[in-house]
Amino acid sequence: MTATEVLVTQDRGGAAKPPGRRRPTPHKGAIAIFTGPFSVLFLLFYLIPIGFAVWQSLLVVQREGLYGKPTEVFGGLAQYALVFQNAPFWESVWRVLLFGVVQVPVMLGLALLFALLLDSPALKGKKFFRLAFFAPYAVPGVIAAIMWGFLYSPNLSPFTDVTQVVDFLSPQLVLWSIANVVTWVYVGYNMLIIYSALLAIPSEVYEAARLDGAGQVRIAWSIKIPMVAPALVLTAVFSIIGTLQLLAEPQVFRSFSAAVSSTYTPNMTIYATSAIPNPNLAAAFSVVLAVATFVLSFTFLKITQRKAEQ
Amino acid sequence: MSLLTRTAGATPDLAPSRGPRESLLSRGAALLVMGVFTLYFLVPIWWLFIASTKDRGDLLTTNPLWFADGNFFANIGDLLNYGGGIYVRWIGNSIAYAGLGALLATIFAGMCGYALAKYRFRGRETYFNIVLGGVLVPATALALPLFLLFSQVNLTNTFWAVLLPSIVSPFGVYLSRIYASASVPDELIEAGRIDGASEVRTFFTISMRLMMPALITVFLFQFVAIWNNFFLPLIMLRSEELFPVTFGLYTWNTQLNQIPELRTYVLVGSFLSIVPLIAAFLLLQRFWRNGLGSGSVK
Repeated sequence: MTATEVLVTQDRGGAAKPPGRRRPTPHKGAIAIFTGPFSVLFLLFYLIPIGFAVWQSLLVVQREGLYGKPTEVFGGLAQYALVFQNAPFWESVWRVLLFGVVQVPVMLGLALLFALLLDSPALKGKKFFRLAFFAPYAVPGVIAAIMWGFLYSPNLSPFTDVTQVVDFLSPQLVLWSIANVVTWVYVGYNMLIIYSALLAIPSEVYEAARLDGAGQVRIAWSIKIPMVAPALVLTAVFSIIGTLQLLAEPQVFRSFSAAVSSTYTPNMTIYATSAIPNPNLAAAFSVVLAVATFVLSFTFLKITQRKAEQ
Repeated sequence: MSLLTRTAGATPDLAPSRGPRESLLSRGAALLVMGVFTLYFLVPIWWLFIASTKDRGDLLTTNPLWFADGNFFANIGDLLNYGGGIYVRWIGNSIAYAGLGALLATIFAGMCGYALAKYRFRGRETYFNIVLGGVLVPATALALPLFLLFSQVNLTNTFWAVLLPSIVSPFGVYLSRIYASASVPDELIEAGRIDGASEVRTFFTISMRLMMPALITVFLFQFVAIWNNFFLPLIMLRSEELFPVTFGLYTWNTQLNQIPELRTYVLVGSFLSIVPLIAAFLLLQRFWRNGLGSGSVK
């Protein structure tokens, strides 16, 4: 749980004194009142559903004879065997991975560029740009997708000169058209996270570089970017998680483009499978996706940490 | 996400510029890059606004980025009356889901984070680590498990199916704990005890006020998360009258081929639904920047 450790390091108050041992806990009643409501809700709507999904994924439906009443019996890892044979699911996984490999670096690269420009003395009107770039984050994914769907359309778009020549909704391009929607929404948000990390760098750090005659570009490259690396890692992890969970934008694009199938992303596959209904297989998909998400963001954290140590 | 707490604390716009005066060339280049991308970010929203002021004919025939004959209020009137006023209902639902959900989530997370910061009890760190694990579980990963569970107790397709899962915010607990341990002095709680106030009373009258900047941040992010949530309504809800506005607009958008007049309503409805969100962001941003600036979190 490296991510957890990263998050915990900011806590300063908790570990001030060594924990009292063997003494009765004072204020037990108050602690129960404070933690009680959250604990109950967390148990009911986080832990139990997860446990229930794992349990459901271990069941298979059996019928007595051809037309018998279906009953659910324990099937071990039978559903998982089906998951690994399910071609559409793996296609959707590869599709979002391809999406992420291109979209996440582009988005974070832009966010970093904007944050560096906001932090540089060369730019005027910072407050305006910060708000303008952040505004799309207030637009829900569904609404952003609807809006861009119209913008891409060959008839309705304000840019018909372009959209009549380039079909943004074609099978070849639609994935990247969706990538543009996601980028549009989240660049400003990531920009703010990186920008706040830049502001936390004390200005003395720059003094030496400036005395050596380093220009702004050199300072950005050799000092600023390495110092905001932790913020970049954090935004990258959240972007990877977001990419694997992609759902609203492609689901909306089904209305605009026939190229987006009902199993276009892993979450769409889960939804389509649960709608069949095949809850056991859908539960197994969910578990595999959750584990894959965790492994991928964890691996990414590990790789970047090793790089940092070198 | 944890970095957001710092965003506000450290935004000195008026800070003296760092370094020597830049050349005209690099200033021009910076302005050009930011200017071009300002168009990229704002033109789609501008287009949506313009499109929602036009009737169906003008939408196709007039300049897409400029006003035609000002049909904005007629369009809004039509939208609000369509389908027996279902759009108003959807907005109301969204406000109920997001407002009530975020309010309860913030109070519960604030209480829990406060207890984790200010009281010592057995299993505290284990408890906190489990909650932090919850921060890393993406919300969509929970939608299907929740659906399977809720269908066991016949709670799908109810108001509760969307509200109840929304009032849990592990991130809120995390942020509240960090903030409470930094901003609520132990002496203050001790003073409350000497005055004979109960622990709970001290929390609601004094500590909560000190934690307000963090609580507003939790509220805002939970509000946006619930407002934007798509998977949960998609998988839980069947009855139109329970839909939140984003999901309602999605269902209209899927019917455009059969019912073309919905197009205007989708556009006007989309525009109207993002106005309060952008406004809330701008207003509250100033609020939590001030709050966090004076707070001790950095």
